[in-house]
Amino acid sequence: MKQKFFQGVRHGIPIALGYLSVSFTFGMKAVADGLTPLQAVLISMTNVTSAGQFAGLPLMLAQASLIEVALTQLIINLRYALMSISLSQKLDSTMTTLHRMCFSFCNTDEIFAVASGQQGKVGKWYLYGLMSTPWFGWALGTLLGAVAGTLLPPFVRSALGIAIYGMFLAIILPPARKEKSVRAVVLLAVGLSLCFRYLPMLKGISSGFVIIICAVVASAVGAWLFPVKEAE
Amino acid sequence: MQWQKFIPYLLVMAGVTYLIRMLPMTVFRKEIKSRFVKSFLYYVPYAVLGAMTFPEVMYSTGSFATASVGVAVAVLMAWRGKSLLTVAVCACLAVAAAQGVMLLV
Repeated sequence: MKQKFFQGVRHGIPIALGYLSVSFTFGMKAVADGLTPLQAVLISMTNVTSAGQFAGLPLMLAQASLIEVALTQLIINLRYALMSISLSQKLDSTMTTLHRMCFSFCNTDEIFAVASGQQGKVGKWYLYGLMSTPWFGWALGTLLGAVAGTLLPPFVRSALGIAIYGMFLAIILPPARKEKSVRAVVLLAVGLSLCFRYLPMLKGISSGFVIIICAVVASAVGAWLFPVKEAE
Repeated sequence: MQWQKFIPYLLVMAGVTYLIRMLPMTVFRKEIKSRFVKSFLYYVPYAVLGAMTFPEVMYSTGSFATASVGVAVAVLMAWRGKSLLTVAVCACLAVAAAQGVMLLV
């Protein structure tokens, strides 16, 4: 049992290192925009989602409605529903409903990817080990960024601003290179996003709704033109 | 930010994100049948991240020129399938280098 736990902890270390750098920029940005370090760390400890947190931050600061915040999180994080469904097929009998409820809050893209890559079924000890290091890294990086971010010289801070987008590009480009359908969906979403930013009559719409509209339209067009193969 | 304004946002963000992850794993244990819904869900992450990245990334460093250099490096490395950490770190280094060059010119 303990052995399984520590195996999970070990598998989580590379994920934690990646999280440390991205959550550092989240903590830095949150504090620069007007949150306290404790608030930034609380968001990271309870949300554990890079895209959702980075999208939620400007909405909070612009005093957006709670409905807009909820809808934005729903669309941006909808992918986790798919991952949770997929991972639920791989859980062994130790993952009772209670343990599913405890583990699922930390089912991130990377933890899902590592858990899915294991041979056979996975149990609670392995999963709790696997989620612990990345969760700790995500919270610690946020704290460090929130506390030490303002001590960094301005040129380092502005260079770190691009880190999260580097990570996003690393997620979308390899599949976009391999599959024409993903490439088309990404290009359509980017094109729509540019229209909402620069076309005079669309400019006024707030950032949360822009992401929702772009994602829903591009994914629906993708699903209509290029339905995924049944085997997947 | 004032706590009485912050707490509702924190609860909504954390609550929605948690329910999205928890409900499919506990309540709906059956597999989705609709091919359209499956395909839609498959494309969502890429569409979300694409729309979040552009054009926002061009404003992420405070200068279009340094952001362009960072994006070019990140796209090149990501296209070649480098890891998340490598791409993020190299993009930051490229921006820092571009800032250095701009100071010299």
